[in-house]
Amino acid sequence: MRINCPYCGARGLEEFTYRGDATVKRPESIEESARDAWVDYVYLRDNPAGLHKELWHHGAGCHSWLEVTRNTVTHEITAVELAAKGR
Amino acid sequence: MRYSLASLITNALSGNRNWKPVWREPEPKPSYDVIIVGGGGHGLSTAHYLAKEHGITNVAVIEKSYIGSGNVGRNTTIVRSNYLLPGNEPFYEWSMKLWEGLEQDINYNAMVSQRGVLNVFHSDGQRDAFVRRGNAMRFYGADAELLDKEQVRALVPFVDFDNARFPVRGGLFQPRGGTVRHDAVAWGYGRSADSRGVDIIQNCAVTGFRIENGRIVGVETEKGFIGAKKVALAVAGSSSRVAQMAGLRLPIEAHVLQAFVTEGIKPLLDTVITFGAGHFYCSQSDKGGLVFGGDIDGYNTYAQRGNLPVVEDVAEGGMALIPAIGRLRILRSWGGLLDMSMDGSPIIDKTPVDGLYFNGGWCYGGFKATPASGWCYAHLIATGEPHPYAAAYRFDRFGSGRVIDEKGMGAQPNLH
Repeated sequence: MRINCPYCGARGLEEFTYRGDATVKRPESIEESARDAWVDYVYLRDNPAGLHKELWHHGAGCHSWLEVTRNTVTHEITAVELAAKGR
Repeated sequence: MRYSLASLITNALSGNRNWKPVWREPEPKPSYDVIIVGGGGHGLSTAHYLAKEHGITNVAVIEKSYIGSGNVGRNTTIVRSNYLLPGNEPFYEWSMKLWEGLEQDINYNAMVSQRGVLNVFHSDGQRDAFVRRGNAMRFYGADAELLDKEQVRALVPFVDFDNARFPVRGGLFQPRGGTVRHDAVAWGYGRSADSRGVDIIQNCAVTGFRIENGRIVGVETEKGFIGAKKVALAVAGSSSRVAQMAGLRLPIEAHVLQAFVTEGIKPLLDTVITFGAGHFYCSQSDKGGLVFGGDIDGYNTYAQRGNLPVVEDVAEGGMALIPAIGRLRILRSWGGLLDMSMDGSPIIDKTPVDGLYFNGGWCYGGFKATPASGWCYAHLIATGEPHPYAAAYRFDRFGSGRVIDEKGMGAQPNLH
């Protein structure tokens, strides 16, 4: 697997660290009422067989956080964006 | 038929032409008391213990491919009970005891070989951690011995004791651990369950669940609807996508673990050995090949194949521990799908759907658990109550904070 980093170009997997599902959102509230939402955020995952949006850190390159769209059945990568994009 | 010395001699003298298939290939009945989804080690052992220990024989095991086509035929065959935590160690020690009596129980040669499992350590801190682990094992009735460097040398003289970075200082040894012929576990449990009336239905994928008023009433399959009072999932790496068909979202990610086997050589390694400074474990098969593996690749995947960085990492671990391994060629490598749970420990529990049970989250340690997993799952299905040895393996431990974090690494599958 090679990831096409927007800054560095296509680089081997060994330069990157995986950080999992990019679609989970940290709850806004830290109140007890948001407990179930926190449990969902920390532990539960869709874990799809197919397209998966996921975070990778280019630790041996530009140190960017990337949001990669990858097919978990074929390992084909269809999109790589900066995770900070739009924020 | 029952295997015995007489049956072996009779069939040998008739040219081995009269052996019969050891399980039937039935068409599914309209309904069953229990349907087990997944004909791997855990599903088949569950069927065996349901029939034998609980007298529940109106059971079908439904498998999308052939039985034993998944992880029970892909692992590195190691069995051990060298766990630390109270939620785990009694369960794995019970599994070890079931392994010890397995072949008599199912009348099948599973080649259970208690050749020992040796975890070497390289530093004082690691020695202390292994002392603690060994004490925990002995506390729960398992066997553990702390070996010094010379005792390790007597077992495995070819290990790199004077490695500049990771000198071998000693090891934690579990003599009762070892290896088991993995395919034979699936075949033996399958044959035993079949002989007690369980229907093993192969090449029949489950395509959905029929749920009425919050209660399971059966499964949709490629061979049509099959009714069931209870449905029990045991689908390992496919847990999330099967459970999703019942509307469940799990604390599990699918990952891949690679394994390797070298060309066959004369007897070299007569125990199981693990490296303490990296992730590498190795044993020698009866065919002579060294069988070894290491870390998971570390990203979500359903591909049953891995990538090269982990191959390199495993090879480096092997070279650091057993330099002679560098003279061997790797014959084959392969990957298996893992149901990595968020704390590295399994789940054997009811689900929010009445009558639907779940067994999964075995991470990369499911093979050694096969007998106890089936034993405890059968108990849960038959009685509705968790077995005491598996009482901690519940879904709600994540929300309640009672995670069983054996490695002390936190809630993130790619750290295990």
